[in-house]
This record gives sequence, C-alpha cells and structure tokens, in this order.
Amino acid sequence: MSATTDDATSAWRAGRFGRWRRRFGLAAFGAVIVLLWIVIAILAPVISPYPFEAVDVTKRLLPPSQLHWLGTDALGRDVLSRLLWGSRISLFAGIVVVAIGAVLGVIIGGVAAYAGGKAEELMMRATDLVLCFPPIILAMAIAAALGIGVRNTMIAMLIVWWPKFARLARSLVLVQRSQEYVEAAVVMGYGPGRILFRHIVPNAVGPLVVLVTLDVGQAIITFAGLSFLGLGVIPPMPEWGAMVSEGRELVDQWWVATFPGLAILSVVVGFNFLGDGIRDWLDPKSRRQ
Amino acid sequence: MFRYLVMRVAGMAVMALLATLVVFLIANQVPGDPVLAQLGDLAASDPNMVARYRARWGLDRPLWEQYWIFLRGIFNGDLGISISTQRPVLDDIRQYAPATVELATISFLLSLIVGIPLGVLAAIRRDTWIDNLARFISLAGVSSPTFWLAFIMLALFYGGLQIAPGPGRIDLSVMTPPSVTGLYLIDAAIAGDWEAWRNAAAHLILPSIVLASGTLGLITRTTRASMLEAMTQDYVRVARAKGLRERKIVLGHLLPNALIPVVTLGGLAYAVLLTGAVMTETIFSWPGLGRYTFRSAVALDFPGIMGITLVVAVVYLVINLLTDLSYALLDPRVARERAE
Repeated sequence: MSATTDDATSAWRAGRFGRWRRRFGLAAFGAVIVLLWIVIAILAPVISPYPFEAVDVTKRLLPPSQLHWLGTDALGRDVLSRLLWGSRISLFAGIVVVAIGAVLGVIIGGVAAYAGGKAEELMMRATDLVLCFPPIILAMAIAAALGIGVRNTMIAMLIVWWPKFARLARSLVLVQRSQEYVEAAVVMGYGPGRILFRHIVPNAVGPLVVLVTLDVGQAIITFAGLSFLGLGVIPPMPEWGAMVSEGRELVDQWWVATFPGLAILSVVVGFNFLGDGIRDWLDPKSRRQ
Repeated sequence: MFRYLVMRVAGMAVMALLATLVVFLIANQVPGDPVLAQLGDLAASDPNMVARYRARWGLDRPLWEQYWIFLRGIFNGDLGISISTQRPVLDDIRQYAPATVELATISFLLSLIVGIPLGVLAAIRRDTWIDNLARFISLAGVSSPTFWLAFIMLALFYGGLQIAPGPGRIDLSVMTPPSVTGLYLIDAAIAGDWEAWRNAAAHLILPSIVLASGTLGLITRTTRASMLEAMTQDYVRVARAKGLRERKIVLGHLLPNALIPVVTLGGLAYAVLLTGAVMTETIFSWPGLGRYTFRSAVALDFPGIMGITLVVAVVYLVINLLTDLSYALLDPRVARERAE
C-alpha cells in the first residue's frame, strides 16, 4: 500500500519525462479505463447489439462469433449486451456505496474527533464493533436478512463500509485540529460546524479521495460477490457477479463466466491505478525531488 | 505487561458479547421471516403449523428473552440448535471448522512462502523484471474477484487440462482418513495412508491458490515497501561501511526489521483467510465454515448465523490480540512503552 517513497526515488532516477510517465502514466491509463466504462454504462441502451433480456433457446451457448462477439449464455442471451448493460449496476453500486459511506464516515468521524470526549469514545467503539466482523460475512448476513435486491444489498454494504472512513476522517481531523489556521478560525469567532466543514475537511480531503478511489474497486468486487452468491440482483437483471454465477458450471462454455469476470477485473484495475496515481500526486513525500 | 494483557482480554470479551447483540438485533429487526424461509409455501399457509413451529424454536417469546436464552446457552457451551440442519450449532461448527482451518492454513503458508521472498527480491532488485512481476501479481491478486478466479482455475486445470482434481476435499473413491484432528493431511499422515494424503493434498492446491491470491499480493507489497523503508536507515549504511556482505545485510539486518509490519498484516491476513473463505468454499464445494455461513445466511437460520458470528468475531479478536503481543515481542520499543 505504501509504495510511495520508493516510487519517488526511482522516478528521480529515471529523469524528468520518465518521472512523469512513471508517476502519472498508469494513473492516466486507469482514468481512461474508468471513463470508458462510465461512457459504456451511459450508452448501454444505444451500443448494445441485442436487448439484454432477449431469450432465444435456438441460440443457446453459442461460442463467440461475428454475430455474438462474446457468445451467448444458457438462455441464448447475448453475453456482450448483458455485459454492457451490467456495467450500469456494478458501477452504480460501487460508486454510490463508497460515496455515501465516505460522507457518512466523514460526518461521524469528523464530528466525533472535533467534539472529543464521550462522543469520540462512542464512535470509536461503534467502529470497533463493526470492524470485528469480517465485512463479507456481515454484509452477507444483513443482505440475506433484508431480502434480495440491489437496494438492500447496497444498504448491507453501507453498514460495513462507513467505519473505515470514520476512522480515517477522525485521524485526519485530529491532525488538522491542532494547526494554526484552526486556532485562527476559532479566534475569528466561527462556530464549530463552520470550522469543521469549511476549514478542516477541505484541508484533510486528500487522503480521503485516495481511499475513496481505491475503494470503489473493492466495493464493485464485493457487490459482484454478493450478487454471485445470489443476494444482489433479481434475475433477469444483468449484473457481472450474477453473470459469472450463471456460467460457473459451464466449464466448456467458458465465455459465459470469463468475460463478465474480465470486466470486473478491468474496472477494478482502473480504479486502483487511478487511486495510486492520485495518492502519488497528493503525497508531498513523492513530489519531493 | 500483565495488566495490559488482562485489560485487552476483558475488552475482547465485551466486544464479542456486543457482537452477538448486534447480529441478534439485525437478524430480528428485519422483514425476512425465518419461518416462511424454512417451511415452504404449503406449510406456511397453515396458521397452526406456523404457530407450532414458532413455539418449537422459541420464536414466539419476546425479543429480550430470546437473546437471554442465547446468552445463557453460550456460557453453558451451547450455541443453540440450527434451524436448517436441526443439529446443535456447536456440533455444526466443530464439523465444518477443520476443513476451513486446513484450507486457510495452507493458503496462509503459501502467501508467506511466496510473498515474503518476492517482496524482498522486488525491493533489492528494484525496477527489474522481478519487481514488475511482484507488482503484477499483487495487482492481479487484489483486483480479481475470488469467485471468478476460482472459476478460471477450475475451468483451466480441471475442465480443460484435466491435471487438477475437481471440487471437494477428497475423491469419493478414496477412503477418508480416520478422524483425529479433522485435518485430512494430518489425519492421513497419522494413519500412514499416503494415497489419501496425496489425494487430499491435490484437492487443496487450486482452492488454496485462489484463497491466497489477495493476501499474497498484500504481503508482497508490504514486505517490499517496508524493506525499501528499512534500506534508507542509518544502520544499513553502517553495516555497508563495516564491509558486511550484501547477503548478510539483507538477511541479518534488513529483513528482521522489515518483517515487523508484515507480522501485523500476517495476523490480520490469517483471520481474513479463516473467515473470508465464503466464495472459495462455495465454488470448490469445500465443506467448511464459509459454505456453512452462506447457507445459514440464505436460510435466515438465526442460531446458525449468531453462532458463527460469535465464533468468527472471537477468532478475529484473538488473532488481533496475538498479533499485538507478537508485535511487542518483536519490537522491544513497543514492549517498553506498554510496560510503563
């Protein structure tokens, strides 16, 4: 995770252009992948060659061909079309869970750290409590209890997602609180809410952005995993994890499960590159020559 | 140090108790109805059946009473009766735990044996092919969904090349070794049944690689980063100036210092492996706790879910505690700080 110091030193070795490429090349690549998937998700209805739910039993399990680039599944549905449509739910779930989780975490963690005392103690114990469960098991139990569906699965994920943001936000606010500009703001007579959200949070936002970006990938994997276990989406809605699940017995018809998995892999790699790049850019240690 | 230990263990017990309460409340405050999930449509439409079923499992008592019954049971070593398997939850857990322990331990060893040397090599041969390989492996490990990786491995090595055995812990044609520990490798070795040993070992290869993929990447990255950090320290320069050989510097000076963060991560990784095998076990039909958890969750089997959550939370907390303690052992500065 903390490959920043060494990246910086090796970048220093490789010269100016090399340094730029080393530091931002992969990030740019990641950004392109992520943007590409976002565009695909938006344009899915336009660019899909077939409707995603079009069942045609005469065309079951056809291998990739000119008509069906990625083949067809057990119900004769076009894998490519379902994969393109599937990007909508995967990206949506991943981004929304992380975004709401981050906002909740920052509010809870930030307020607790700024208030201190009992509130802080309570918040820390609450995060401890959530963090003593393995996330996937807790999310699974909650999702199963709430019932199958995209919204319920996202709620289950949110419950396990906010604590890490709360902890990070707390530690960031604690660092910032002792800075001089905060004292200055207090002297100016600003209220605690204004100081926290207008002064401290904007200054502490860098590491949060990094965690958010890296986390979207993990959220997409987790959501796909819950869908794979049958908890995320209700069929016939196309979703990557569910698509892998539909093809998991079809070892000879490898295309049914392989391509959706590659889609998950590519989007997660994209977010990882992007997140690493943002971290290197924000981290003063790696900016030092 | 003793005081610290007592405080930690007490805190741990409180956390474990709270954890059961959390799960209990989640499981009871949600729309899903275990009776409907268990009985099926025909029986669920008969109010008499439903009432009897509720009375049988104590579901008609007030919430706090149900929780109290559960708590009282825990102190008597009783986690209740699983609604879906109709057996004591503790028996279920005892039956399924060895399969998970065996798989997780092999995966853990695999990630350490591959991850640490790879991380060390990547650090001392920075920006060479081996560094790039390490980077690729950790990225692939962190980025690929376990359930998909498991499918690819099975499709490739079992379906396609047919060089690996299929799902399960052992072939049906092979006699299961007499159970002593429940770990097939050890049981087979005790019985001297090497055919069963080889068969069980072969069955472990694919799932343990899949399960290890994530932690392997993390351990490699952490080892590399902390090696690089250690390399900038003054004692390394001193060692060089003394004219020590590079081998001695790396193994004798750098590695012991660089491994401290890896120990922390390693403890966590083992906990993750023990509890995070849900996907891997589901795909490889591995009769372990992961699959049991999944089945309990889907069946809304409250006693099953609560029992497993308690066990899992305790495992997590114990491993965390052990990690912290080993940290103090490895780094004298931490020990001194806590003794004060």
